[in-house]
This record gives sequence, C-alpha cells and structure tokens, in this order.
Amino acid sequence: MTTPDIISVGYLIAAVLFILGLKGLGRPRTAPRGNLMGASGMLLAVLVTMLDQAIISYLALAVALVIGSIVGALLAVKVKMTSMPELVALFNGFGGGASVLVAIASFIEAIELGRADNQLAIAAAATALIGAVTFTGSVIAFFKLQESLKWSGFTGLPLVRVVVLIASLVLVVMVAVEPDTRVWLWVLVAAGLVLGVISTVAIGGADMPVVIALLNAFSGVAASTTGFVLDNSLLIIAGSLVGASGLILTQIMCKAMNRSIFEVIFSETPAATAGGGDDSDVYGDRVTSTSAEEVAMLLEVADRVVIVPGYGLAVAQAQHAVRDLMTSLEASGKEVMFGIHPVAGRMPGHMNVLLAEAEIGYEHLLDMDQVNPTFAETDVTIVIGANDVVNPAARNDPSSPIAGMPILDVDESGTVVVIKRSLSPGFAGIANPLFAADNALMLFGDGKQAVIDIAAALVTV
Amino acid sequence: MTLLIALTLFVLAVFLGLELITKVPAMLHTPLMSGSNAVSGITLIGALVSAGSDHTALTTTLGFVAVTLATINVVGGFLVTNRMLTMFAGRKKRRP
Repeated sequence: MTTPDIISVGYLIAAVLFILGLKGLGRPRTAPRGNLMGASGMLLAVLVTMLDQAIISYLALAVALVIGSIVGALLAVKVKMTSMPELVALFNGFGGGASVLVAIASFIEAIELGRADNQLAIAAAATALIGAVTFTGSVIAFFKLQESLKWSGFTGLPLVRVVVLIASLVLVVMVAVEPDTRVWLWVLVAAGLVLGVISTVAIGGADMPVVIALLNAFSGVAASTTGFVLDNSLLIIAGSLVGASGLILTQIMCKAMNRSIFEVIFSETPAATAGGGDDSDVYGDRVTSTSAEEVAMLLEVADRVVIVPGYGLAVAQAQHAVRDLMTSLEASGKEVMFGIHPVAGRMPGHMNVLLAEAEIGYEHLLDMDQVNPTFAETDVTIVIGANDVVNPAARNDPSSPIAGMPILDVDESGTVVVIKRSLSPGFAGIANPLFAADNALMLFGDGKQAVIDIAAALVTV
Repeated sequence: MTLLIALTLFVLAVFLGLELITKVPAMLHTPLMSGSNAVSGITLIGALVSAGSDHTALTTTLGFVAVTLATINVVGGFLVTNRMLTMFAGRKKRRP
C-alpha cells in the first residue's frame, strides 16, 4: 500500500468509528463507549494525517498540539458542571474558528499555486461565512452565559442582521466569481464575524439552548465545507454527521419552545418588545411571601412533592442542597420527583447534568410530558430558579410573547412554592402571573440558602 | 474526488446522521452535544496539513493557530463528555 492509500484507509476506519460513536452517544448504556470510539477515530485520523507528504515540518505541529491538548484538558477537568454551557459554547467556537483558518490557508495556497477555481472558491467562501458566524456567535454566547456581557443590541437589530446576511451572501458570490482575488474572502470573513455577533448578542436566556444547539450544528457544517475545500472525505462525513445531530437537537429545543429557528434568530427578543412597566398590573398586592418554616410545615403534610429546577438552581449551585432535601423528604415516606422542562437552563440537558452531579437518580427525573399530568395530584411543587418555563401566560394569554410555548403546569398542584431572589422577570423579560396566583407562595432568597433553610426547618417541625 | 462524489458523501452523511440520532433521551442532550462537538474538531486534520506544509509564513501561521484551536476543541470536548458520562454511570452504580 502506498502512503496515500494508508491515509485513505485510516480515514475510512475513523469515519466508521465516528458513526458508531455518535450512535452510541444516543443511548445511556452505550454512551461512554460511543464517546471513546469517537475519540479513537480522532486519534487515528490525526496519526495517519501525520504520514501526509505535504507535511514537512513537525516542530510547529508538535508545539500546537501540546498547547491545545494542555489547554483543552485543563478546561475539561476544571470546569464546574454549572458552567458547562459556557464551555460547550467555547469549544464550539474554537472548532468553527479553526475551520475558517484552514479554509483561508488552503484557499490562499491554491491561489498562489494557480489552482483556485470556482468550485474551491465556493467551498472556501461557505466555510469562511459559516465558520466565522460560529466563532463569534459562540464567543458572544460564552460571554452572555457568563453574564459578563450585558449589552443586548439595539432597536432595529433584526433589520441590520438581515442586511448583513444579504451582504454576506453577495460576498460569497463575489468570492466564487473572482476566485483569484483574495480581498473578497477577507471581507467575507469580516462580515461573518459581525453576523455572528449581531445574531447572538440579543438572544435571551430562554432561547439560549436553541442557539447553543444551532451553533453546534454550524460547527459541524463548517467542518464539512472545509472538507470540500481540502477534497477530504473524512471532513465531509464527520462534519455532516455533527451538523445533522446538531440540527436534531435544535429541532427538539425549538419544539419545546413553540418557536421556529427563524423566530429565534430573526425576531426581536421578547425582552426587547415586552417592556417592563406593566409588572404591577400583574402582581398588584396579590403576591404572598412565605418563610422556610411555613414551607417545611406544608411539606410535612404533603405526600407528593415535585421540584422544578431552572437556571437559578445552576446559578445558586443548589443541586447538592436539593439532593439533601429530597433525601430527608423521602426518609419520611414522601414521593419526590423532579419535573424538567426541555429548555430549562441554558443548554439542552443542562438540568440533567446538574442533578446527575448531585447524584440524584435518573428515575426521579421526569420530562415535561411525564410530569404534567401528575401536577393535579401533587401536594407541593417547589420551583427553584425557573420562571418562563412555568409561566401560565404561555397557556392563557394569547398576546404574551411566549404564548403557545409548552410549559410545566405547576399551578395545577395544591401549593406552589417559588424560590426566587425577587419578582424580577426571567430572561423573556415578562411578568409571571403564577407569582400572584392564590395557591402560590414566594420564598424570596438565594436558591441554595432557601433550600438549606427548608431542610433545617423540616427537622424541627 | 469530483464535486459530485463529494456532494454524494455530504448528503448521505447528513441522512445517516439524522437516522443515527433520533429519540435521544434528555439526559444525553448535553453529552451528545459536547461529544459531537469534539467530532467536529476533525477540521484538525486539515489544520495539520496547512501548518506543516511550510508553504508561506501566512498559511503556516494560520495553520498553527487552527491546530491549537482544533486541538482544544477535540481534547477538551472528548474529556468533558467522558467526565459527564462517568458522573451518570457512577450514580447508577451507587443505587442498590
């Protein structure tokens, strides 16, 4: 076998490993093995690529590989489970960024060797655009998730977005028809970077899981189009697989919010349109505040308790305190379940990861479809740091910005205890009539401390 | 590879991906995302060729940065997915 043959066979085996790996990741029992297969496929692909005769200097490669491995490993090992959405966003961005750089480098090389044709140019242009959007989009998502970026755009941003998108598409055409001119590609990259920023900067928290899933799909598509630039089948296959899986996740998230991808990306966020001035109409003096002792007394006589976690649980790092509360409630013979909305938190599956970290058994976690029919027979529902996903306005008020979004029907349970720092609106920026409902009690305070207080009060009741 | 073969691969792989990943339980949404994200770091192999071929200073530099970014994506992505999945598995073992 010649060296190119060995590389091709290696790539084929790697592609099979990626397929089996992704398949494995879809089932709980096979997921660890699936991840391992994916990693093996990657290792194999890197090793056979080293045989490529185009590679003549290995020193720079070794340095970059070592730096990347150390940084990647440190990030992966150090990250707290509560910060997982940020890290996933960041990794996404790095993948997209790498694809752009590879496409540019190959395209420039092709121009200099006089090999640049329209086909190559289209592939390079597509990669430049998608990869650049993925890069800045992910970086902005990272800062938004860290809450270190407060700016959420300006009025008329959706229009600007459409204009920049059209300009970018025109630039793709320019790159394609003038493949020998480098400048168009650079302008296109710049436009893509801007588009990534203005597409994600206004995204509210409830839309964040959709955006993270979509960026995941984009990073795959960028890798795939890079494959067209490099004429590399493994990149095309692996990238498409990731693109497809990201698309499925995006679809699941969109369905859970009753919003289409276009609405998420191209419409004004609810926060921007709703305005915050009408809160007093919703709440009036009907909001009842409660204490940890009172909640403990309610729990004492309850048979079935459902806990509904939201992003606030992650912020307060309350997952371990919640586990302790669950353990003590179960010890006194009560049924405790968790109701998880598909878009609770800031990325798909966020709450599952957090509760798993606190060693809360999978059998305690109920999806929206499973938990909703059971609220009517639930004595106490405790909502911790969730807001929009339990807002009955989505069900009752057709004019609400979140109208039609499937929610957890917590208001059907005997008593709803909402643990929250204040009455401030959730990421959708709208008031929640649940807080003023007759069977709702507000327990103001930090999520973790409130849960600890309730558990302590339970002991003394 | 002709464009038509490349397009064929692309379309078939998309369909394969859509078939592979249906009905993923919510518990695996995050690991699936971070694991597949690590796979998208496959762009690393393109970056290796760009960085190692010593064509011009510009392409080598672009390649060098790309290798670094893609390696962070790949190594970090697989490791963090493994960390999450170990957490899920560990929880099950402790149950009687």
